[in-house]
Amino acid sequence: MQIYLPIADMPVNIFLVLGMGLAVGYISGMFGIGGGFLMTPLLIFIGVSPAVAVASVASHIAASSFSGAINYWNRRALDLALALMLLSAGIVGTATGVWLFTTLRALDQLDLVIGLSYVTLLTIVGGLMIYESVRAVMRARHGLPATIRRPGSHTWLHGLPFKLRFKRSKIYVSAIPVWLIGFIIGFVGAIMGIGGGFLLVPMLIYFLRVPTATVIGTSMVLTLITMASATVMHAATNHLVDAVLALILMVGGVVGAQFGARTGQKMQGERLRLLLGLLVFAVGLRFAYALVVQPDDLYSIRHLGGE
Amino acid sequence: MMRRIALTLVIVMMACGAKPAAAERLVVSLSNHRVAITSSFVGEDLVLFGTIEPDAVKTALRSAYDLVVTVTGPRQTLRTRRKQRVLGIWVNVDSREFVRVPSYLAILSNRPVGQITQQDTLRRLQIGLDNFLLPQRIGPDLADTVRDDPFRLAFVRLEIQQALYSEIGSAVTYLTPTVFRTAIPLPADVPTGNYTIDVKLFADGAIVARTNSALEVTKTGFEQYVADAARDHGLLYGLATMLMALLTGWIASVVFKRD
Repeated sequence: MQIYLPIADMPVNIFLVLGMGLAVGYISGMFGIGGGFLMTPLLIFIGVSPAVAVASVASHIAASSFSGAINYWNRRALDLALALMLLSAGIVGTATGVWLFTTLRALDQLDLVIGLSYVTLLTIVGGLMIYESVRAVMRARHGLPATIRRPGSHTWLHGLPFKLRFKRSKIYVSAIPVWLIGFIIGFVGAIMGIGGGFLLVPMLIYFLRVPTATVIGTSMVLTLITMASATVMHAATNHLVDAVLALILMVGGVVGAQFGARTGQKMQGERLRLLLGLLVFAVGLRFAYALVVQPDDLYSIRHLGGE
Repeated sequence: MMRRIALTLVIVMMACGAKPAAAERLVVSLSNHRVAITSSFVGEDLVLFGTIEPDAVKTALRSAYDLVVTVTGPRQTLRTRRKQRVLGIWVNVDSREFVRVPSYLAILSNRPVGQITQQDTLRRLQIGLDNFLLPQRIGPDLADTVRDDPFRLAFVRLEIQQALYSEIGSAVTYLTPTVFRTAIPLPADVPTGNYTIDVKLFADGAIVARTNSALEVTKTGFEQYVADAARDHGLLYGLATMLMALLTGWIASVVFKRD
């Protein structure tokens, strides 16, 4: 069944988009990520213009992360103080990112920068996650205790000044790395059109040693707020949010996320991280392939405006 | 001296502008002047009918006519970019701006335009994709380039791929020697706005009559409402979309609540 999208100015198959929402929602529920890094490329692939895709995916992620955040809030698995602290830096990062986005777009190099950021980030993060989780799986197989978080262990990050205590997460860390992580997530999100959950979760675990119990809930609150404000900002400035497309994606996304969350809870943590690592790495390789291999068509057209 | 120049001018003007004595008239009619884009719009073929009539009652019609229908969509400015390998990766290195070119362009005729008339006539009347003026920004000036300019070729090729530009040499069919019809193919992502239709009648390689028509592509109902809201009330529209997202998320968490 075809339905015409009023902002994207094209018809799409409603079941195809619903199915994409379900599939990405399932993955996002399973790993506790927004899934923007999968959904945006998928939409571009079916012919939605990149700008509309980025803007509309923002509201889709807002919906699925709100649904997830409610669950984590009810289970008290959410550190609001930490989320707000990350957010305050995230806004600065987003503003910087939006500025760079506009500049690069004018120079016709936006595609390249998006491609390069995807490749760099996804392969590095994916590779690290695979490495870490394979080691954890091996340790478990040899009967050794899995010691990811050693309560007394400190890194040089803990020696930095401006220390803050986050009670819900039971951590006592400097504000500097928290701000830096928030800034990076906001910046990357604005450039790449993603929520950044797949980046934030490992960063919080490995750098700040946030316990696994609160990390996903906290990441979801941050994603919710950035993506909700991104929706409003995109709609107010570029008029590119397609509400019809967003609604179809949301409905598929929230349903898929519920089933994904159930699958995710049944799986072992290391296995789950290994799977996510492989997925992130594969998407990164796909982008690298697109950059290195000669494109079918060297030419492309960009619309600069109507009459 | 002055009289001779004036006389020459008159002759030249007559040769260019005046119609032959035995002139024909073109009457065309469109199946629909307003194409409405609704939620189920997947593209549409508009039918254009027309007849060739003698201008005066006694003039005889010629035996063979050629028709060229040019449909032009609202004007747009576009940039065509070219990728090149730099340090192992493919980067946009060069680009050309096409200024106020049609967003939709269809050239429909009863046989390939090259067979209808000479090249210089095609060029002068901008008949065919090769001869249509596509001005590029070159420094401070606007000018069309040579036909085999790589950017122009690529631009036309990409537009044809998207079904926004077309040149169909068999699109006009004759029902009788003087009654013809053609279908204007509008793709699913047809740009909205005003379109002009220019119909030219040729006999023995010379243009003998010309007429035009127009059509409008608009969004209607819900589609128009959403598009207008997004454009005119961006902030409210964004807030509404955000609330819709929160509501969807909330409903899901209530529906799927396990305890």
